[in-house]
Order: sequence, then C-alpha cells, then structure tokens
Amino acid sequence: MRFFEYESRRILERERIPITQSGHANTPEEAKRIAAEVGGPVVIKSQVLTGGRMKAGGVKFADTPEECEAHARDILALEINGHAPRGVLVAAKAPIAHEYYAGVIYDGVRKLPTFVFSDMGGIDIEEVAETHPEHIGRGHFSTTLPHMDFRAKDAIAQTGLTGRDLTRLTPILSKLARLFVKYDMTLAEINPLVKLEDGSFIAVDAHMDMENEARPRQKALLAELGVGEDETREAREATPFEIEGERIDSVDHRGVAGNVTEFDGNLGLVIGAGGGSLTLFDAVRRHGGTPANYCEIGGNPSVSKAANLTKLVLQKPGVEKIAVMMSIVSNTRVDIVARGVIKACVELGFDPAEKIAIFRIPGAWEEEGFKILERYGVEYADRSVSMHEAARIAVEKVATDAVDGAAPLPGEQPGAEQPPAERLSGAGEVVEG
Amino acid sequence: MSILINEQTTFIVQGITGREAVNLTRECLDYGSNIIGGVTPGRRGREVHGVPVFDSVAQLVEATGQVPDGSVVTVPPAFTRDAVFEAIEAGVKLVVIVTERIPRFDVAQMVELAGLRGARIIGPNCLGLIRPGVAKMGGIGGPARDAAKAYGAGSVGVMSRSGGMTTEISSTLTAAGLGVSTAISIGGDAIIGSTYAELMPLFEADEQTQAIVIYSEPGGRMEAELARWVTENNSRLPIVAFMAGRFMDEMPGMSFGHAGTIVEGKADTAAEKIARLEAAGIAVAQEIAEIPDLVRDRLAGHAGAGGARQVVA
Repeated sequence: MRFFEYESRRILERERIPITQSGHANTPEEAKRIAAEVGGPVVIKSQVLTGGRMKAGGVKFADTPEECEAHARDILALEINGHAPRGVLVAAKAPIAHEYYAGVIYDGVRKLPTFVFSDMGGIDIEEVAETHPEHIGRGHFSTTLPHMDFRAKDAIAQTGLTGRDLTRLTPILSKLARLFVKYDMTLAEINPLVKLEDGSFIAVDAHMDMENEARPRQKALLAELGVGEDETREAREATPFEIEGERIDSVDHRGVAGNVTEFDGNLGLVIGAGGGSLTLFDAVRRHGGTPANYCEIGGNPSVSKAANLTKLVLQKPGVEKIAVMMSIVSNTRVDIVARGVIKACVELGFDPAEKIAIFRIPGAWEEEGFKILERYGVEYADRSVSMHEAARIAVEKVATDAVDGAAPLPGEQPGAEQPPAERLSGAGEVVEG
Repeated sequence: MSILINEQTTFIVQGITGREAVNLTRECLDYGSNIIGGVTPGRRGREVHGVPVFDSVAQLVEATGQVPDGSVVTVPPAFTRDAVFEAIEAGVKLVVIVTERIPRFDVAQMVELAGLRGARIIGPNCLGLIRPGVAKMGGIGGPARDAAKAYGAGSVGVMSRSGGMTTEISSTLTAAGLGVSTAISIGGDAIIGSTYAELMPLFEADEQTQAIVIYSEPGGRMEAELARWVTENNSRLPIVAFMAGRFMDEMPGMSFGHAGTIVEGKADTAAEKIARLEAAGIAVAQEIAEIPDLVRDRLAGHAGAGGARQVVA
C-alpha cells in the first residue's frame, strides 16, 4: 500500500527525522496560506501515487504566496498518468549543498531488509546503481537481533563518506530502518536527503510503501494518517467492475472468487487459481484471444459465489463467451464450479452450451461436474487437454462466432442437438442439487 | 535417497483442529505419511483422525518421546510466527508453512531463526511437498486418491511458486511417462524459506532425480539467483522452466496471482527472467504441454556427457 508524500512526511516527523516544513492543501487558498506560514520560496507538488510528477508539470516553485496559489490551482486540475491529485503539498524550498539518497528495502534473495545509500541523490536510484555502482552503499540488517546503528554507518561509509557527514547521516538512516520495521514497510526512502549549506541534513522528499498484509496490525498509524480501510492504493484505481468483483468475493467467506481485473476483450474468463490464472491469461493471449477480464477462483467457493462472479463477467459489455478454466484442482470442487457457471448462464437467460466456450477444470469431483456439463451440452475437457489447448479452443470459438454470427458448429459439443429449452428445463434441479 | 522426506519422516500439524488442517491431516495419513501428533493451544486430549492433539510442541515432544522431523503450520497469519518459532526452538528441522498473508517482516524473522538453528522452511503460502508413492507433507495434490492420479513416481524434480501448478505440471510429467521424484510447492510470497537455488543441491544429491522443472512468475530475483547458481555450479541436472504471467510486464506495479508477483523494476519482468534463464542454459517452455519433450531432449543431450552440463544456445 503506497503512501502519498504528505503521509510519508508525517511518518518521518513522527519518527523524528528532520524534514522540510510543509503542509497539505486541497484548495489554492489553502496552498497560499501554507506558503505564507512557511515563508520564503516554496515548492508545490501534486499528490499522486505515480511517478513522473516533475515531467508532467506536477511540481512547481513559487517565491510568493500569490504565485503559490496560482501554481496550486494549475496542479490541482492536472491529471498525471490518469491519476487525479489528492491535493498538493506546499513545502519550504531548501538551500541545497548536496543531495543524497537513503532507502530501506527487502532483499528477497538474502531474505533480509537492506540499507541502500548513495551520495548521488535526487535522481532515480536504479539508474545510479547501473551507471555508478561505486556510489551505492548497501548492508543487510537482522530482523531478530537488536537493531544496531553500525549497520547504517557501514552502508554510508561504503560510498567514501567520513567526518561529520558520516556521523550526522548515520542516525537518519538508522531511524529510517527502525520505522521500516515498526510500520511493516516494504519500501522507505528519502530522496533526496539534502545537506544544507550549514552542514545539517534534512529530508526533502519521501516515499513509503506498507505491506497490505500488515494493515490489520497498523491500524493505529493508518487511522492517524486518515487512510480509510477501503483505500486499496493500487497502481491503478479500481473500476466499478473490479469493485463489484471485490464485493462478490467479500460477502461470502467460502473460498475465493474474485481478484478481478478489467480488460477490454471479448472473451470473459472464469479462471483459477493463482498460478493457473496467470498461465491461462497468457495462454488466451498466446492464441490471439482478447480477455475481457482476469480473475481467480480457488479454495472451493460456494455455488452462488461462483455464479455471482460468472454473472459479473457475463454481463460485462463486449463479452461474447466465457471460458471456465483452471489448473487441476484438489480443494476446489469441479462440480460446484460447474453448477455455479451454469446457474449464472441460466439465470441471465443464456444457453450455457452457447455461452461457455470451454470448461476445463480437472480434479476433485470431476465425474460429477462433467455429468452436469454434459446435460447442458457444455463442451468440457479433462486433464488430457492442456490448459493452452483449452484456451485455444475458447479463442477459436469466439472468432468463429464473430465470423458466422451463429451458434457453435453442430457435433462439436456433446448434447448440441438438444434444443436449448429442453436442456434448461432441468436447471433448478442441477443448480440446487 | 530422497529430498526432504522419506518413509520414516515424522511430522506434526500445528493448528491441527482447523478445518483445512483436519482435511490435510486426513489426506497425508491416507497417503502414508507419519503424522505423530498435532498442536492447538487449549485442545489437549482431543484426536484428529486418530492423531493426538497437544497444547504445545514441547508437550507433544514429551508425550511422544521424540522430536518430530517436520511440522506443517496452518495457523492464522497473526499467530504463524509464534508457531514456527515454537517448532524450531523445539528442534524441528523442516517446517512447511501453509498460511498465506503473513507480513513480510514476520517471514524474514522466521527464516532468519531457521538459518540460526539449522532448520529449513518451505513456504509460506505453499501446499507443501510430495514424494510420489512414499509420503506427502501438506495439502499438495489433495486427497490421496487425487494425489496418486496426478503424481507418479519418476525422475523429474519439480519446484513451483504456485501450489496448483505444481500438480498440473507433475500430472503432465506423469502422463508423459517421466514421473516425479519430489515435487515442492515453494510458496508464492516475496520472501520464502527455500528458493530454487537453495533446493538445487538437494536434488543434485538425489539419485532418483534426473532433471528439474520449475514454474516461475514475475516478481523477485529468485530466477536470477537460480540462473547464477546454474552458471556457477557444474550441475548434472538439466532444467526446464515455465514462466507464467507474461502479460504482467505491461502492467508494472500491479500484483496478480500471488503476493510475491509484481513487476517493480526491469529485473522483475517475465521477459528479463526468461532471458536470464535461457542465458544460463535453462530451456523455457512456451506451454505446459511442451515440458515433457523439452525434458527428454535435455536428458538426451546429457546422456553420455559424464555429468557435464551441456549448454544449449
């Protein structure tokens, strides 16, 4: 979960890391007032959870409160990469002598948090790491032994810094590590960390990410910052389709039928589980298909939950058919998913045999599931048909339909000779049973 | 020879009275695993499918007169760290963490403790491991009958960041007549107890294993670590990889499938990982169905090479 800069700054203040004086404004008038309070030249920054603010014109400088007000008005109206700003930050402009970078992240290979420090701050740290690796200092620190400042000192000293700069920077980097641990961050960085003309150090910008899994135990901090429990802070804001998917998943605790992401294709996907969904989404695209959505089913959801997710996908504008596919299941029951997707089709007045391009879920209770599918004339596949082959069949059916504007070819599906009305007559029984 | 578990391996289930754990216990017992006890605080004296339940690991050790070889941990995320520390401090050397959504700091602590105590963690957010026909530890493959159908004994070691795909790939290898030596669901989180590279030496030492198949995803540096390991070690085992989530390269910052799956930088992308794996001589399959043939090709390439790795461009 990402924090806005104004929130990250409050976290630094809370942990007594020096930072330039600033305030958060939602209106140009507020921005003007803050500029007057701060006094002197200020910087006005758009509050968005995306990079490239400077390039997009979301960061401007002002010498007077009036100039600040005008800039704030422009920035508040400016969308950056599709993100509307959540107000602006007005901060004192610091007299910079030198810029540094201070960060703490996890190293997934060593499985420990690590310091990242550079005496080339103010620019993209990944770029520095590539072009000037000698200007980067690193060092892991323990998650079980007591926290020690020397680890931070070692990382800074690697860049060649010594003297008062080293002794003044060490507590700042060390405190950053402490807050990283205390608040379950996955990223805590100050960039730039500025050396002022008087030799002291101060943070000028900060960026922090907190792990979603830790939100329950970080409630106090989140409440203090005013972060709502429903704020996902994803890289892209959720669409109404995705929000509805989330609702379907959360109202019924049985299993998972959610993690919906919207795309603009014509093949609706009812797929699972985690790795299976990733594989199947790729497989559809590999065969030239255009998915209408991504989703995940797993952990044995109820019939109604599977049905609700399927309905959501079926009703999405532009969806011509759906593909119901999973890797081999052991916990989720094939028959329950089969009932769910058929129930969804029937209740929306669709013929399952026509709407479901392919059902490929092998595994637990597959015999029962396949029996139900057979009764409705839905084409299904067991494990002898690969995930990619199933995806290919689905893509082909959508394409064929688009050309012919007709139902699938006769003989291609078991039970296709039955008229839809007859097949639907047993719906209640199958759905309830 | 075997990887991590064999006929004699004893283990316990922590959180054994939970719904998922009860099923898992049944499945493992049916498959032939030796579960000597379970732990749920406050439930001493009960039984789960005939397995005695204790309040603590220490109590279990005292009552059974032995330290179990392993533990399967299925307690809620907020209590997992405590349970894992309890197992490791009691002397358990193999801990399979099934639980998902554990905060990363807790995972780092558990892994660090395991390192200090000479224990190994598999997971978190995994389904455990299986040695076909011998034993399974965790929900991997599901009920014994289903597991038997998907996992036939054979020569290929499987490591996968997805529990479900461990079974899909193993089933494909089994259907193709290659079979599986040991399959390990290594977990889908950003930090996991045992990565591909860390498990490779175990497979390397296992006579039954002749080749390795891995399932990978975007996010993290685990594949780069494996590529480096392969380059630095003269492994006798050919490796075939499958990379899912290629579409995620176009959607940086978004997580799909598993917590550890997110493209944050260039090195995290599927494309970059594929390039690194291939540069290390690892074949990357486009589809699951291609995997058996790629394995056979690689095995043929290795035959008669006296164990030397043949790098194929």
